[in-house]
Amino acid sequence: MPAVKLMVNGKPASGDVEDRTLLVQFLRDHLGLTGTHVGCDTSQCGACVVHIDGRAVKSCTVLVGQAAGANVTTIEGIARGDELHPMQAAFRDNHGLQCGFCTPGMIMSAIDIVNRHGGSVDEATVRHELEGNICRCTGYHNIVRSVLDAAGRMKVAQAAE
Amino acid sequence: MGIEGIGASVARKEDKRFITGSGRYTDDIRLHGMTYAQFVRSPYAHAKVKAIDSSEAMKMPGVVAVLTGKELVDDKIGNLICGWMVHSKDGSPMKMGAFPAMAPELVRFVGQAVAVVIADSKNLARDAAEKVDVTYEELPVVADIRAAIASGAPQLHPEAPGNIVYDWSLGDEAATDAALAKAANVVSIELTNNRLVPNAMEPRSAIASYDSAEEHFTLYTTSQNPHVARLVLSAFYNIAPENKLRVIAPDVGGGFGSKIFIYPEEMVALWASKKVNRPVKWTADRTEAFLTDAHGRDHLSKAEMAFDKDNKIIALKVKTHANFGAYMSLFSSSVPTYLYATLLSGQYDIPNIYCEVIGVYTNTTPVDAYRGAGRPEASFLLERLMETAARKLKVNPAELRRKNFITSFPHQTPVIMAYDAGDFHASLEAAMKAIDYAGFAARKDKAKKEGKLRGIGLSCYIEACGIAPSKAVGSLGAGVGLWESAEVRVNPVGTIEILTGSHSHGQGHETTFAQVVADRLGIPISQVSIIHGDTDKVQFGMGTYGSRSAAVGISAIVKALEKVEAKAKKIVSHHLEASENDIVIEDGNFKVAGTDKQMAFANVALAAYTAHNLPPGMEPGLKEGAFYDPTNFTFPAGAYICEVEVDAGTGKTSFVNFVAADDFGRLINPMIVEGQVHGGLAQGIGQAILEGTVYDKSGQLVTASFMDYSMPRADDLPSFKLSHTTTLCPGNPLGVKGCGEAGAIGASAAVINAITDAIGTEKIEMPATPDRVWAAIHANA
Repeated sequence: MPAVKLMVNGKPASGDVEDRTLLVQFLRDHLGLTGTHVGCDTSQCGACVVHIDGRAVKSCTVLVGQAAGANVTTIEGIARGDELHPMQAAFRDNHGLQCGFCTPGMIMSAIDIVNRHGGSVDEATVRHELEGNICRCTGYHNIVRSVLDAAGRMKVAQAAE
Repeated sequence: MGIEGIGASVARKEDKRFITGSGRYTDDIRLHGMTYAQFVRSPYAHAKVKAIDSSEAMKMPGVVAVLTGKELVDDKIGNLICGWMVHSKDGSPMKMGAFPAMAPELVRFVGQAVAVVIADSKNLARDAAEKVDVTYEELPVVADIRAAIASGAPQLHPEAPGNIVYDWSLGDEAATDAALAKAANVVSIELTNNRLVPNAMEPRSAIASYDSAEEHFTLYTTSQNPHVARLVLSAFYNIAPENKLRVIAPDVGGGFGSKIFIYPEEMVALWASKKVNRPVKWTADRTEAFLTDAHGRDHLSKAEMAFDKDNKIIALKVKTHANFGAYMSLFSSSVPTYLYATLLSGQYDIPNIYCEVIGVYTNTTPVDAYRGAGRPEASFLLERLMETAARKLKVNPAELRRKNFITSFPHQTPVIMAYDAGDFHASLEAAMKAIDYAGFAARKDKAKKEGKLRGIGLSCYIEACGIAPSKAVGSLGAGVGLWESAEVRVNPVGTIEILTGSHSHGQGHETTFAQVVADRLGIPISQVSIIHGDTDKVQFGMGTYGSRSAAVGISAIVKALEKVEAKAKKIVSHHLEASENDIVIEDGNFKVAGTDKQMAFANVALAAYTAHNLPPGMEPGLKEGAFYDPTNFTFPAGAYICEVEVDAGTGKTSFVNFVAADDFGRLINPMIVEGQVHGGLAQGIGQAILEGTVYDKSGQLVTASFMDYSMPRADDLPSFKLSHTTTLCPGNPLGVKGCGEAGAIGASAAVINAITDAIGTEKIEMPATPDRVWAAIHANA
């Protein structure tokens, strides 16, 4: 079985895997990073979204071999120690989650949305951009509020840096 | 209420693990030596299983076993049960065929399991399942209600002639017919309540392990009610006695009813774990979820409503055919009967109601409770009928409803339910104000000038929750009681563990239940832990469904807290030499009223456990349990109003506004309550305009993935405007009613009433997709 090497959450990760191993399988089964979820197998629901080199990607649709050498960030890798990422904090503060299953993918997609559209992103853009993430619990109302809230916080944080 | 007590919108305690990826769902768990199960499923909707050849699969290295339905029979593992007996109107018991976990001889829906492959990895199990060669002989198929009841239709089960499970009725037919005959006006309607797929985002999963030395099984599973699962697996499926089976439902990623039922897969995983003497994991992929999770709704109905000359309703007559799919799922029989016809009085004073329900087998996935379960079907029928009647009688739809509202309580309906409290005028008024109902005519005119069709639709729903008084459901055929249990364990340092039979799979119990404790004892919620979902920790419980966790689960906690408080007061009165009746609780301290004498709660707890100085005869410790059996259902109710704009050129519906005014009684955590309403509304709106489950004539589920079944996405939905009116439920200690299902019950009628108002025709079926709306506009033109 071929060996694969990549960076996951800032640390080197490697393993001998079958060619057909998906990135999400590698994260969950080989590295034990079970925060990334599988909700549909067809790239529709977005529960498996991670960042590859800073961009949101559905990890159920990428072979781990395709991510060789890349920097992968998962939901486990976005807080700084005990300090939550502003998007994580906003989801908690705005009740942007219920069962929590879609939440990791939502947060990873939402960070990418704010990174691309900036801190002044509007509700219509957020709703449109979240079309690749399905939530069955919240009706999206509080997810949208969370993303807009975090966008403001991330804008302030960027301005401060 | 305090900053963390009842009524405070406290951020959720459980959120940190979910937002950091530390949640522990069943599929996240790995056991040493674990194997993986892949089911071999029928590609045909109706066929004889002639032969199963697993020799090629067994040759593959790493394949541990291929097991079939015949071996289940040989091992005397039971068939799946339906736990609610319903009798036909002629008095005969419902007619059911056997529901095997893996079909030994005959398959009756696409996706039914015939065999299972156990292998060292998931990929290998999948590969091997493709090598299992099953020979089928196809049989003729009935894929929907109309096909099933046609004369000469193929028969699914010999036990159920004509594919009829039961022909049930409720109410007085003769009195209803007499009222219809003398009516000034009769309004009729025919409608479909579309079949839905629940689609909790976490697919079902099970991990079973067997300890051969102890002859003991452990099952991790995606369940809303692990104790009921253990009971059924033990008492009916013959897996193991209850003391030899531990069921754990860890973090569960949404349920919506679909995770109430005990399915073939977890039963087979348990049985297989003993056969191969290694742990067995099974996790559904999404298409398996579409094919095997119990579906919801699927009714065809005709209804007539009779009015007197003053537009007062004098009778309602309903005939419904309900599709059960190929087998009777666990609580399926109760859904279109006791959870449906009993709500047909709605918010209205209707003196005569008669409802007949014919339950039908088809070659489709079994149908059971899905968020609302029967009550959305009742609400949709009634509120479509009210709106249609208002248009035909040429009266304002709000006025027609007001004229017929029930205004005094308790109110006994002619269909079993006795409503205990409510104020239907208040919620309708709140909703009309929130959406500026009075200004709608001007908005419609303005939209018309811009070439858009604007419509507004009302829906005034009521539901029966807090399911339910055990004696009442027992008399109606339920196989279980529907009480709840709680245990309050105070630790020697004054921290508390609450053990509850309710199960949280998104509802936020770890926060709201702790708030109730904080409110009563004045200690912070950080010192209260909620333990649930494990049959080894919690003695017994009935689980979470039917919006019952607050009304029944919290009521049990309150009862146990009362006992803890009473014992604590005895200890304090002994220590402080004061009368028990003078002890009051303030900010976590037990005080003697009117003095400066007090004991901190932590010191009371310590005194209970050191037991150095307890009142004579008192046992050490501070731990109390309670069982709570409700005296009645609870009756959440409210008014939803939807305003839409339809593009006549494309048929696309856009939401201008959606307002909800709900009466849930006392709110424990308004933020969480509103979240529940948002989610329910999304499912109701999804049913109305997006979600259609399509079977072709051969019984193939055409919509078996998220690419084919239209789940509501962020861009499909509006932001919602919510408000609350309050009448307390008189039947439970906190006056709570339940909020989990309301949105799904009330929303779909509001949407369809708005769309039909916009396009000027009543003839539109759900989901009202752009092509259907466009066709309706053009058929009308």
